[in-house]
Amino acid sequence: MKTIDKKTVEKVAHLARLKLDDKELELYSGQLASILLYISKLNEIDTANVIPTSHALATLKNVFRKDCLKRSLTPDEALENAPSKEGDFFKVPQIIEGK
Amino acid sequence: MRYETVIGLEVHLQLATKTKAFCGCSTKFGQRPNSQVCPVCLGFPGSLPSLNEEAFRFAIKVALALNCRIQAIVKFDRKNYYYPDLPKNFQISQYDMPLSYNGFVDIAVDGANKRIRVKRVHMEEDAGKLMHPEGEDYSLVDYNRGGMPLLEIVTEPDMSSPREAYDYLTKLKAILEYLKVSDCDMEKGSLRCDANVSIRPEGETKLGTKVELKNMNSFKGVRNALEYEVKRQDSVLEDGGKLVQETRLWDADKGITTSMRTKEEAEDYRYFPEPDLVPFVVEKEEIERIRKTLPELPEAKAARFKAAFGLSDYDAGVLTSQVDLADYFEECVKLYPNAKTVANWLMGDVMATVNEKNIDMSELALAPAAFTGLLKMIDSKAISGKMAKEVLAEAIETRIAPEEIVQKKGLSQISDAGAIESVVQGVLKKEAKTVSDYKSGKKAAFAFLVGQVMKETKGKANPAVVNEILKKSLGE
Repeated sequence: MKTIDKKTVEKVAHLARLKLDDKELELYSGQLASILLYISKLNEIDTANVIPTSHALATLKNVFRKDCLKRSLTPDEALENAPSKEGDFFKVPQIIEGK
Repeated sequence: MRYETVIGLEVHLQLATKTKAFCGCSTKFGQRPNSQVCPVCLGFPGSLPSLNEEAFRFAIKVALALNCRIQAIVKFDRKNYYYPDLPKNFQISQYDMPLSYNGFVDIAVDGANKRIRVKRVHMEEDAGKLMHPEGEDYSLVDYNRGGMPLLEIVTEPDMSSPREAYDYLTKLKAILEYLKVSDCDMEKGSLRCDANVSIRPEGETKLGTKVELKNMNSFKGVRNALEYEVKRQDSVLEDGGKLVQETRLWDADKGITTSMRTKEEAEDYRYFPEPDLVPFVVEKEEIERIRKTLPELPEAKAARFKAAFGLSDYDAGVLTSQVDLADYFEECVKLYPNAKTVANWLMGDVMATVNEKNIDMSELALAPAAFTGLLKMIDSKAISGKMAKEVLAEAIETRIAPEEIVQKKGLSQISDAGAIESVVQGVLKKEAKTVSDYKSGKKAAFAFLVGQVMKETKGKANPAVVNEILKKSLGE
């Protein structure tokens, strides 16, 4: 079992928009490696003929909602807890094209 | 070297349900910012999505109309990315088990049929809308659009010219309009299109370096952007350069594509099954039940029009290209049996006016009965074809019935031989010199005399009758 390296942790941290310093990178690399090692035990089971379980509630299916209007929040209510707002809008740091 | 073009298209379609995909907020367009939001679509902790039954049914309808196979078990996945248009930091979408797959749309290329394969049609939710106030260092977010039900319709790279891409989109839109599952309005963003385009040496089977094109807001824009991009790629390769895989934005004003800043890392969405939504199993009976609700689609309708009304391929194709136009045509033919005449007028003057005014057929203020009434007036020689054109334009403009316009303006054509006869005699008396010119062989004088009669009758005399009476009076 290949353990996780610092570079991968760095990448995952970036994707999650987390800033980690060297000490933290070291710490989390070790912790994540041991978690992955533990989880990898599952790979010992032969699942070739098992249908993927995409949901824990195996017996529940087709839960729909009718296409009926419900009351929405008002802009004031929606923005009540926003850390930053302007008029009816949420305000966020400037976004450059490209996501 | 000669290159060939390879194009694949990705269309996003907003489904015309009353409420969003996973919550009961309204999907109405153009409302006050952040007034159609709730804990679910704002991603508040503890809220749970639940799938809109109507959106699911619409999606299956589209999938069936595009000849797709429906997945036996439908599940949703989370597509994770951090961008403020997503309050949850993930988009509910579908990854490895899309709602449907392996469909096709047929288009006509040089008179032959070409099959464009549809790789997949899947459901997802729309993102919010970002605004970037000029000169400021922040952006503003409106989540009204966030969570609206979308379909993503992806083709295989089967189109080999911008024209084919355009024709595919036109056909696809026609089908979607027939299904009445979306308003398909590109200006409102209900229908959006991205394109993947690459070129490769002719005969090569491996795909070239792919460029993704975004920001086209009309089908013509898609075609123009593709045409520009094909030329650009061609000249890069001809100059010995190398193409890079990137996303480029179409600038409609300048008519060019520009490279969008790309992240160093490849996209990594870390998809995983959406644990808040249980799977959906679509029973065969349910699929068949929905299939039975499919309307007659453009191809079937065109075939029927050809058989029932003797229309040409071209006419049947044009008339069925929009469901409103096809319905209008059928209404007219019920009231007026000469289908070819109806088709000519519809595809000519009526469509010209509709296009000029930039309205939909459904907004045309001219009922089929009024329109066919006009055609009947031509047949009974009450008005001439030329007058009919003017009356038609005015009827569409003023919403006044053609019959009324004809009456009010005293436009009715004079076909009564007696009435014309007396005008002719008057003209012949007044224009004695012209008459003698004519008799001495100056044939052009005849047209002058016809003109005088028309002038006397303010253009209302039936020209055929005038000709006949004049000839007789001049002793021919």
